[in-house]
Amino acid sequence: MTSAGLIFSNIHDNCIPEMTKLRTMASIPFGGRYRLIDFALSNMVNSGITNIGVITHYNYRSLLDHIGTGKDWDLARRSGGIKLIPPYVTAYQNGVTGRLYESRLEAIINAGSFVSKCQADYIVMSDCDVVLNIDMSKVIEDHVNSGAYMTVVTKKLNTKDRHFDSNVKVVTTGENNAITDIANFKPEKGEVEISTNIMVMSRRDLEEVISTAVSHGFTDFTRDVIRKNLKRKLIRAHHYDGWYAYISSLESYFAISMKLLTKEAREGLFKKDRRIYTKLRNSAPVKYLEGAKVKNSLVADGCVIEGEVENSILFRGVHVGKGTVIKNSVLLQDTYVGNNADINCVITDKNVLIKDGRTLSGHETMPFFIGKGGTV
Amino acid sequence: MFKKKECVVMLLAGGQGSRLYALTTKTAKPSVSYGGKYRIIDFPLSNCTNSGLDTVGVLTQYQPLYLNDYIGTGLPWDLDRTFGGVHILPPYQGQGSADWYKGTANAIWQNMEFINRYDAEYVLILSGDHIYKMDYSEMLDYHKKKGADCTIAVIDVPIEEASRFGIMTATEDGEIYKFSEKPKNPDSTKASMGIYVFTKSKLEKYLREDSENPDSSYDFGKNVIPAMLKAGEKMYAYPFEGYWKDVGTITSLWEANMDLLGDSPALDLADESWRIYSRQYAMSPQYIGEDASVENTTMTAGCEIYGKVRNCVLGHGVRIEKDAVVENSVIMDNTVIEEGAQVYYSIVDADVVIGKGAVIAKDGNKANVTVIGADKKIKDGDTVEAGAMIN
Repeated sequence: MTSAGLIFSNIHDNCIPEMTKLRTMASIPFGGRYRLIDFALSNMVNSGITNIGVITHYNYRSLLDHIGTGKDWDLARRSGGIKLIPPYVTAYQNGVTGRLYESRLEAIINAGSFVSKCQADYIVMSDCDVVLNIDMSKVIEDHVNSGAYMTVVTKKLNTKDRHFDSNVKVVTTGENNAITDIANFKPEKGEVEISTNIMVMSRRDLEEVISTAVSHGFTDFTRDVIRKNLKRKLIRAHHYDGWYAYISSLESYFAISMKLLTKEAREGLFKKDRRIYTKLRNSAPVKYLEGAKVKNSLVADGCVIEGEVENSILFRGVHVGKGTVIKNSVLLQDTYVGNNADINCVITDKNVLIKDGRTLSGHETMPFFIGKGGTV
Repeated sequence: MFKKKECVVMLLAGGQGSRLYALTTKTAKPSVSYGGKYRIIDFPLSNCTNSGLDTVGVLTQYQPLYLNDYIGTGLPWDLDRTFGGVHILPPYQGQGSADWYKGTANAIWQNMEFINRYDAEYVLILSGDHIYKMDYSEMLDYHKKKGADCTIAVIDVPIEEASRFGIMTATEDGEIYKFSEKPKNPDSTKASMGIYVFTKSKLEKYLREDSENPDSSYDFGKNVIPAMLKAGEKMYAYPFEGYWKDVGTITSLWEANMDLLGDSPALDLADESWRIYSRQYAMSPQYIGEDASVENTTMTAGCEIYGKVRNCVLGHGVRIEKDAVVENSVIMDNTVIEEGAQVYYSIVDADVVIGKGAVIAKDGNKANVTVIGADKKIKDGDTVEAGAMIN
């Protein structure tokens, strides 16, 4: 029994336009040294899946740069490995009839040749808006043993949670974890079970989905594949109870980044036996200078800290000047903060320069965002 | 199939480093940790790649397992090449004989085939014992410009320390006319750095002669260099200025680590123009806890700090628990300092556990550094005397 992976890098791009202007959802930096795709990729690699297609659409230069040969995920292989699947547009179609796919189902159709050539028995699919460390081999095992047509990884969430975001699909399950309904979020109170959009199907079934969709002009995966088959075939939920978060807006990006500072999140995500892999960059270790004060923060290599940092995430190569106070902020790669600045609830994209003495503050419900390369 | 290379590098990495005691019981000196995320061998390897020298033979002998793994294909130093790249050269069994490397010169002699298959004109010989940044291509240019047969890199040392080194006495032009190994009354302050450029034909000639001499100790410093000097070959001293530290002893290794700290460190690893590469691991960013205090310290990925750290260098995945105090120390990969423990002026090797409330070297100082070997467990509440060597 072999499995291959299919990762959707662009779906959800529109959730967080501030950060996807120049990149895919998959390549949004997260957690100090990662990009969102690292979680989907590492979950597959740690479950023995070494043949992975990454479906991409537009803005994928940062993704190409991040993945490189795939070596850092041990996916530089003669057989299998990682393959980027960009839109297939021929010279004749270009600008005339060629239309880029938009929906999940159209994206799968575009990846048809990867699916038919991958020679795996099962296909695992994942989006790049999820942050979790899940043993996919257990999901696959569950799928195979149950004989289901499709297995969807689900997670129970409480709608009262401050960070609950209604931009999700809610599933209803019956006997034997069979999914009986899948719907856009209804404003119910209390606990709901949501789809993580991590799914397993057999390759043959997925190939059939593709050919049916092509011949009938289907475009919507939830409506035309899941909902149509709910009564005819066994579509099962696999309850995941580990640490889980999904990113659906800049506010939730901020909130989940802050959650990473909790013991629960760090233990749930960074496991010694199932590591999260990422592109390795050669940076010097972090330097804390005389007078530095750092509390409850994640700091990646290459940072130099002379000031105060509290409840914050510093990506690689961030500089915090003397007398500067940084609180509740997420500073992306190579952000440079000069001396005596005061920063609170701020997200800086890469290569931002904050000059001496600046005071910037957002609020946790509305973090202040500074775009790539900005100077304040 | 072997493209010609003008210069092949031979890196001597077989030494045990017996003066590092507990730190080298399981691994060779070149693979000893330094600076949190580096190994000593990262320095010569990074210098090679930064100098444009892409063909490196690494001669291993003592405890090579870790070193072999660490170097792997050479990818971290960009030395995974189709033509050239890094090659591990262990002692081997030939048709007529099987020999360990009997000395530095003998190790190179046994690998002449490696040098010859690249048709090299020059051979650069390095050792894996020093922390420094150096552009070898400038030394090679100097060697060519002088028309030398052998060029030896030298550094100025204080005259009172000169008797610990191999001392070169040279003319103003740099031509060496006298070499004295650890002289009692040194007449020069130019100490050999153990870095040699040879014109290959001369190297081969003198290594052959050395190999045929049963009384030789097959050593560059003791035999080959004196023999060449005696025969009147053109030998030059290449002056090097900059940071250079032999990390062959516990004290010097500790000092070299401390040299990384501060506003303007003696050795700057963040310098983008001459990067030091190392093998990287997928570990989470370091986490500094709510009640932690970290000052004048450098540390790398995977660390979790809940206690107080001052003037330290920490490796990957070090955990310092609540109320623990660590000062003026070097802590290597995955070591845990448990609640309330105290560590002063120590080098603690990888995978050590310092139990709750244990006190290491309470009265320690920099002349009396304490060492705790890899995988050791110091029991809760135990006390370790300053200057102890726990192995």
